[in-house]
Amino acid sequence: MRTAIALFLVAIGAAHAADLSADQDARYQALIQELRCLVCQNQSIAESNAPLAADLRDQVSAQIIAGKSDDEILDYLTARYGDFVRYRPPLNSRTFLLWFSPGLLLIAGLAIAWRVARRRADVAAAPAVDQSKVQELLRRVEEHKS
Amino acid sequence: MKARYLVPVAILAALLVFLGIGLSRDPREIPSPLIGKPAPSFTLPGLNGQPPQMTEQNLHGRPLLVNFFASWCQGCQVEHPLLLQLSQQGVEIVGMDYKDTDADGAAWLARHGNPYRAVIADAKGSAGLDWGVYGVPETYVLDASGTIVFKQIGPVTEEVWRDKIAPLLGVRR
Repeated sequence: MRTAIALFLVAIGAAHAADLSADQDARYQALIQELRCLVCQNQSIAESNAPLAADLRDQVSAQIIAGKSDDEILDYLTARYGDFVRYRPPLNSRTFLLWFSPGLLLIAGLAIAWRVARRRADVAAAPAVDQSKVQELLRRVEEHKS
Repeated sequence: MKARYLVPVAILAALLVFLGIGLSRDPREIPSPLIGKPAPSFTLPGLNGQPPQMTEQNLHGRPLLVNFFASWCQGCQVEHPLLLQLSQQGVEIVGMDYKDTDADGAAWLARHGNPYRAVIADAKGSAGLDWGVYGVPETYVLDASGTIVFKQIGPVTEEVWRDKIAPLLGVRR
């Protein structure tokens, strides 16, 4: 499967190799890996065979040739397809949880682990039973019986 | 003490709620960034050159639907009877024949009926790209100023028409 994908990527690259300089081609490859195919959703436009992915790849290479910057190309596609087209959506109020929930969950997990550990430490550090007092009490109980 | 045992149950319940919401949503329905924006510009011929040229200016002036369809599109056949019915009720629909040849598009309309006031030939899908189309059928609702107020991804159904589109057009039924 991996080889198939690699071969496919090479094939896509070859189709544009004639038009793009090595520098442009590196940008092209980086961009198409980062753009999501909206039809298949779990593939980048580099991997997808869908006609839309081919259109978007053509669009990306055409705009690179036209001298557009990476940001301009991403803005162009985001304006049409929304943040969804990017695998790394920009940080804003709507994507805040998407970006930070892993960190928040980690902090919550650490807090719980710390509390549990502290409780166990408290139990371990509980004052030892005073053996002499126990003996004293037992002795008094015996006395009381007799 | 009891409250402690409720915490994992509460977390599980919250996860189930999120899972339920996730499952009930259609992953195909990607919110369009074009809602509330003017319809993207285009200059394209009509199907078979009738009319010779259309631009987004031709869509201004009254609320209407812009329906991206194609002769090769299965979902388009599903929604087509409803579109025909709506056009008979006086709803204005403009067709965009997306990535299709004029001959195929015209033959398809001849066979299934033509609900469109005008059909624009977007043979290369260039308008589709600017409108953010990623899978036909897609239907845009435009208000009189040519602003996109709603986008339906996939076939327009009775429910979508009744609950979402008709109120936007202020349709009297």
